[in-house]
Amino acid sequence: MSKSTFAIGGVHPHDNKLARDCRIEVLPPAPTMYVSVAQHLGAPALPVVEVGDKVKVGQVIAGPGGFVSTYVHAPVSGTVKSIGPRADLAGRPVTHIEIAVEGDEWMEGIDRSDNLVTEIPTDNQAIIEKIHSAGVVGLGGATFPTHIKLSPPPGSKCERVIINGCECEPYLTSDYRVLLEKGEQMVVGAAILAQVMGNVPCTVAIEENKPEAIAHIREVIAKLGFKNLEVMEMKMRYPQGSEKQLIDAVMHRQVRSGGLPISVGAVVQNVGTALAVYDAVQKNKPLIDNTITVTGECFPKQANLQVRVGTPFRYIIDFLGGMPADAAKVISGGPMMGKAVANLDAATLKGTSALLFLTEKQTRRAPESACIRCGKCADACPMGLEPFLLQKLSRIADTEALEANAAQDCIECGCCLYSCPAHIPLLDVIRTGKGLALGAIKARAAAAKAAAEAAKK
Amino acid sequence: MTNTVIWTIAIITVLGLVLALVLFLVAKKFKVEEDPRIDEVEKVMPGANCGGCGFAGCRAFSEAAVKSPDLEGIFCPVGGNDVMAKVASILGFEVKAKAPEVAVVRCNGTCEARPRVNEYDGFATCAVKSALYAGDTACAYGCLGCGDCVSACQFGALSMDPATGLPVVDEEKCTACGACVKACPKKIIELRQKGPRGMREFVSCVNKDKGPVAKKACANACIGCGLCAKTCIHDAITMAVNIAWIDSYKCKLCRECEAVCPTGAIHGVNFPKPLDKDAVKARIAERKKKAAEAKAAEAALIAEAAKEAAHE
Amino acid sequence: MSKLIVSPSPHIHSKDSTRSLMLDVVIALLPAVLCSFVFYGWKEILVMAVSVCSCLLLEWAITRFLLKKPSTLCDLSAVVTGILLGLNLPYTTPWWVVFIGAVVAIGVAKMTFGGLGQNIWNPALVGRVFLLVSFPTYMTTWSQPKSLFGLDAVTGPTPLGAINEGLMQGASVQDIMAQNGYDYGQMLFANLGGSAGEVCAIALLLGFVYLCVRRVIKPWITLSIFATVALTALIFWGVNPARFTGPVFNLLTGGLILGACFMATDYVTSPMSLWGGVVFGVGIGFLTMMIRYFGSYPEGVSFAILIMNSFVPLLNRAFHQKKYGR
Repeated sequence: MSKSTFAIGGVHPHDNKLARDCRIEVLPPAPTMYVSVAQHLGAPALPVVEVGDKVKVGQVIAGPGGFVSTYVHAPVSGTVKSIGPRADLAGRPVTHIEIAVEGDEWMEGIDRSDNLVTEIPTDNQAIIEKIHSAGVVGLGGATFPTHIKLSPPPGSKCERVIINGCECEPYLTSDYRVLLEKGEQMVVGAAILAQVMGNVPCTVAIEENKPEAIAHIREVIAKLGFKNLEVMEMKMRYPQGSEKQLIDAVMHRQVRSGGLPISVGAVVQNVGTALAVYDAVQKNKPLIDNTITVTGECFPKQANLQVRVGTPFRYIIDFLGGMPADAAKVISGGPMMGKAVANLDAATLKGTSALLFLTEKQTRRAPESACIRCGKCADACPMGLEPFLLQKLSRIADTEALEANAAQDCIECGCCLYSCPAHIPLLDVIRTGKGLALGAIKARAAAAKAAAEAAKK
Repeated sequence: MTNTVIWTIAIITVLGLVLALVLFLVAKKFKVEEDPRIDEVEKVMPGANCGGCGFAGCRAFSEAAVKSPDLEGIFCPVGGNDVMAKVASILGFEVKAKAPEVAVVRCNGTCEARPRVNEYDGFATCAVKSALYAGDTACAYGCLGCGDCVSACQFGALSMDPATGLPVVDEEKCTACGACVKACPKKIIELRQKGPRGMREFVSCVNKDKGPVAKKACANACIGCGLCAKTCIHDAITMAVNIAWIDSYKCKLCRECEAVCPTGAIHGVNFPKPLDKDAVKARIAERKKKAAEAKAAEAALIAEAAKEAAHE
Repeated sequence: MSKLIVSPSPHIHSKDSTRSLMLDVVIALLPAVLCSFVFYGWKEILVMAVSVCSCLLLEWAITRFLLKKPSTLCDLSAVVTGILLGLNLPYTTPWWVVFIGAVVAIGVAKMTFGGLGQNIWNPALVGRVFLLVSFPTYMTTWSQPKSLFGLDAVTGPTPLGAINEGLMQGASVQDIMAQNGYDYGQMLFANLGGSAGEVCAIALLLGFVYLCVRRVIKPWITLSIFATVALTALIFWGVNPARFTGPVFNLLTGGLILGACFMATDYVTSPMSLWGGVVFGVGIGFLTMMIRYFGSYPEGVSFAILIMNSFVPLLNRAFHQKKYGR
């Protein structure tokens, strides 16, 4: 079978999967956990517990704060110490629920055993409700509430569920380890998703640099006998794991600008999300932990950890032997799209996929020099944009031209900045331009809506 | 030879005449009738096209001014009252004088007072930096120091002070157009009344954190203790979310708030004499003492009266 | 522990830098440079040395004293310009003529526009064309290499020059070719007369392949030039072989390979998109042939590239990358 990939652009950074052979270890909870209420895209959750309350593992501690929002559960058992602003990894104040850990008492009804439940309930609405109440969000990076993605707008029809196991970001290995060690559960989760979307075929997309995972998942699918599941081997290329690129690679369809994946009949879910769906539906276990890769050439111990949500970064680092002396940057996520950590006292979120340590030499930006118009950024852009042009327009804040040149389509994958030989901070600048273009589009939509309403009256 | 010259001249002349005719006809046909006052107004404008008035430039301002029935809400901050008086006379209005304003930087988190806790290595503009994270100090509200305000200023009135890492406003050059206010993502620049002879009091901090957190991040932070608001006898200071704000229209420049502020977050500028904190504090103490005495006396009087009432 | 670095993503960078790309171009030019040294000896070494050194010196002096900006010597772009200029001149060029060429290339064509990345025309070509029109004696009478390190070579016109002159005197192409004993095999490995860089077509092609393999340049501009030249020549030659030279002759002479591989593919002065590049290449190929067949100059590559350089901003506007989902 030929290996598939997306049509436009992309880069080939060295994959550096240092922690690929490290088994998933379970990290014990820290003495004090800090659970953020903004763990997902959309409105932050609203705390439903009070200071001094005793909570059990899996108990709801914050409820949805809007339509695009979801539940947050206590990852540990103990006493709520405080509810208030605390600096997140970017140093910005965000409401956190502080829990002092006492024992490890779980809510009743959560199946903590290891036995695999392959029998899938037949009521799809009940499944989506379960996923919602378990606070499952997309673990591929965007942390979009999963139950909304599984309830497509009326009139749209899903034709294929794609399980994203590409893990095209260098260094990250958590999805790979999940595929190898929790493949069965992940496959059942994928089957649940395929059933919910209307018994559609489901493709598990895995890049060619993970042959063991590809073989293992094929084996599991054959063993469990799911007829509508298949594994697709992908060429290694960044950003294959981006939703739009993956749909192009698997289905050879492109989502039009501003459209949703469902408009071309696709629903994409990450491997971690499929596992969380399994836990939620088959085991009644809400999303209270996830797998995090802790890695970096300068970090003494590579690891894949199963970490409870709300564990302070510093606790994880100390657990693995402390901060290496030559680490100059800590990144939450991969090196291409991850966020640099400004505050090591910040705690993990549902969407935290890795802690990556880079040395000054690896990560320090070279001084910017003149653009030599080589066009490498345009070649690398997976959206077919022209970063060299967009950055110029962004610097002069020409909103109209930015929109005409599709700045709003930028997926912030970082390919342009990665490949620029003149070290121009393309993406830094284009992000502001993208904001301008999106703002203009939103303002126009709002104006049109207001005009339509005025016309009605 | 002569023939060629004659022909050349003839052709060029005819061509010139024909084209002139075409131009004349086109100009006639597409002539746009404009209110001549727009040109007149534009002539008295400063011509900086800064957009400080909220219009796209001086021309757009002039058009709006001519169309406006009463010049309400139309003000050129750069030209100020002089220009507005001229505009009003052209259009036959009377204009109310507006108190001159100046841009004020409300952050005094100098390099010493507000230590850097991490190092920023991205594109050095405040817009990009602020979109990424809280900043390279522990204060999530303070100046980012990349100088977006400096590049936004068309009048060269702003510059970065390398010693403090903060922008400095040149009051002579500042026209209060508000470009820096829009450019600052942290919203620390405010247009304030210039004050008599430039004297004014303001709180040079916007940190909304609770006192201990703010104090830990920056030694010069406003900790929201409210001492200034309690001291102020002119009711000019309001407290909101751990931060004080001085209303420049109510402030009488007594400088008492400045004297009592424990962190030095309140700044007074352009005063002829430096602030003698002890003297001002003594004055406040004196006043309080008198007030307490008066109160005690009043209480005694009331008690007396009550006693008498009880007797009767 | 020192302070953590914080920056927007991405946090890693490819190994490419302006300097590394320019270094690759220098490496790709080495075979041609060595060949020119072997065939023309120390005189050519002198030309090349003067060319490179004066380009570097001028770039340094202009950034230091006129622009007062940090030096841009380290990006090696001046070295590339110097080598290309050296390869574009005959080895007999006096040193002061070479220096004037460098002044025009770096001073006028590059730095006036704001330095690397801002220039409209290829600096080395502007230098060369300036010399061509200013000092035609030095630039059009080429010397044929007699032997390795031959000191006194026989001077004579280039093949294209000979054809142009012959045609004017009324001879047919076949006659002129036979009379001069032109042989395609010789042209490929050791050319007859011409600028130093044209001496060995194989060496140039080797460099081109290196650049393509290293993904420094994309081959479509060069290939479309070759294809257009071959096609145009084929048509004209097919119609009248006595008046017009054939495709192989045109491909191998007059610095076409040097121009197509190294000058037309210059990043700054070529379009970025695929179709823009193809149109650019076709334009160069066609203009080259028109100048060769109908122009008064026997050689047209330099002019064709410079003319098409002027259209690059338009081509960049007209041809865009295919966008996702649009």
